[in-house]
Amino acid sequence: MRRFIPVFATFAVLIALFATASGMYERFFTARVIANLFSDNAFLGITAIGMTFVILSGGIDLSVGAVLAFTMTFIASMITDHSWHPLVAIPTALIIGTVFGGTMGFLIQRYELPPFLVTLAGMFFARGMAFMVSSESISIEHDFYTALQDLKIVVGPKAKLKIGAVIFLAVLALAIFVAHWTPFGRNIYAIGGNESSARLMGLPVASTKMLIYALNGFCSALAGAVATLYMGSGNPAMGVGLELDAIAAVVIGGTLLTGGVGFVAGTLGGVLIFGTIQSALIFDGRLNSWWLRIAISVLLLIFILLQRQLSRFTKTSRT
Amino acid sequence: MNDPMAKPKEWFQGGSLVWPLLGLVALLAYDFLFVDGFFRLEVRDGHLYGTLVDILNQGSKTMLLALGMTLVIATGGVDLSVGSLMAISGALVAVLVTQTEMSLAMIVPIALAATALLGAFNGVLVSVAGIQPIVATLILMVGGRGIAMLITGGQIVTFEHAGMVYIGNGHFLGLPFTVTLVLVMLLVTSLLMRKTACGLFVEAVGDNETASRFSGVSTRSVKLAVYGFSGICAGLAGLIAASNIKAADSSRVGEMMELDAIFAVVVGGTALTGGRFNLLGSIIGALLIQTLTTTMITQGVPPAIAPVPKAIVIVAVCLLQSEKFRAEIGGRFGRRASA
Repeated sequence: MRRFIPVFATFAVLIALFATASGMYERFFTARVIANLFSDNAFLGITAIGMTFVILSGGIDLSVGAVLAFTMTFIASMITDHSWHPLVAIPTALIIGTVFGGTMGFLIQRYELPPFLVTLAGMFFARGMAFMVSSESISIEHDFYTALQDLKIVVGPKAKLKIGAVIFLAVLALAIFVAHWTPFGRNIYAIGGNESSARLMGLPVASTKMLIYALNGFCSALAGAVATLYMGSGNPAMGVGLELDAIAAVVIGGTLLTGGVGFVAGTLGGVLIFGTIQSALIFDGRLNSWWLRIAISVLLLIFILLQRQLSRFTKTSRT
Repeated sequence: MNDPMAKPKEWFQGGSLVWPLLGLVALLAYDFLFVDGFFRLEVRDGHLYGTLVDILNQGSKTMLLALGMTLVIATGGVDLSVGSLMAISGALVAVLVTQTEMSLAMIVPIALAATALLGAFNGVLVSVAGIQPIVATLILMVGGRGIAMLITGGQIVTFEHAGMVYIGNGHFLGLPFTVTLVLVMLLVTSLLMRKTACGLFVEAVGDNETASRFSGVSTRSVKLAVYGFSGICAGLAGLIAASNIKAADSSRVGEMMELDAIFAVVVGGTALTGGRFNLLGSIIGALLIQTLTTTMITQGVPPAIAPVPKAIVIVAVCLLQSEKFRAEIGGRFGRRASA
């Protein structure tokens, strides 16, 4: 039961926040605001899901924001400047992201380099490459792309899920399945719990670790594609600090930063908390956006200390 | 972890200046051959000017951060919050200078005390609460900029205070004042670390925390002190950054600086696993990055693309430090030799 406490705490905080905001601001508690929470935070959500796997395995990936920026710029540049079809540009970008993540995973796994350092270098590299593709924002003009952007599912009065939100939810469902019902998912938990035990049990630690980073590279690239759909352009300066938001969402979602404990569904809670605070700040209009940073870091602190206490209790009750 | 002492080629590992110096010399040789006027120095109004002086001046922030970061990394930690702490000290100084009548002799210590306290807060999270350093300092990295914004009210605060402008732009003994600042900090830190037992404590904690605690080292105080010290270094760097542009720009100042500082320390020969450290190496590492950046700018590489070569260098350095990579390379050379 104990392992569910952080996730319960996450959703309790989410409900409390949402209730407070609904009480304070008129028309906050509407289907439209809730649907927009998913549409506006789709790319953050997708990176956070990839990050959940990395953190569950006991690693960290700081390159996600930069990879997102690279993908956005790449897609925009290919479609607008080189007149590629979006159906060619997007899969190519996804492959690049996956290979990039896999390469970082290879360096981390094979040469036992610290994940934060390798992905830090990856962040430098991807950000620089994004600016190499284009130093400025490129808007995307393509009929097929515009058609994609206009796709939406109506879920209520004035409430619709844009394509980004639909992709986010699909990735979420898939990620929950992968984490809890596949051997790959079980391997991730095992590695995060204790890597040497996992190796002694004969689990494929090396390939799993590489796959995790490749998967996260894929998620970052997909988030980049979703971000272009959301903004209609590709910007090499996009996503600065996104890695921190993603990590914060994962931790607030109840995943233990030492790895091995947590749920993908919890990350959804973390992302929605992030979105709710942001929406509330916009509704209020008087408060600056930097209150979001402060609120997130306070929540981060509380959740980390909570996890720390819980893991201490677990240790003492076991011995 | 592996015992570096057992390796015959221990000069590969922490403690040696050979590699960072070699890198710096190679880079300067390239500049000497291919960049026109890179080594040209001139004296105007009794002050020295030139690209080399610029490197020292521009690199001063990274050098200061690297000093603090070296000690933090030596204890087996890392401090990601330095960029945000720079923003906080810059914001505090800008607001105090413009809105109060206090003298600089009051304002600077206030700003440095604030960043030292925030650094110590990192230290409390790491040592008392037992949170991993990356995560503990991440909190302030995320929230610190918010705090800086809170201090400046979300505005960019500009100032014309002569004393504040001097810190980042003034000259002392013909060289930029920042050079003196770095030298004094390096001297004080080196003396403290090498002539007292402090350095021994730091290395002991980084090498084996449990063993140090059992042998009577107060590991908590050591960690509190190094994170606090890193805060002071970040505060100083923040003063310089604010002084350079005569303003506190809380959202942009110190961006990515934490990465440069970590880079400088790693290149300088201090292993990320903790233990032995090399202050001078970190300073040389910081100069190496600044020279790399300056070289690229003089060669017409847009600053935005500059991170790409930095990334390649950092991965190469890490690979050279990796036991496994060296074993593979060594194995290949060995086989070739026997064949």
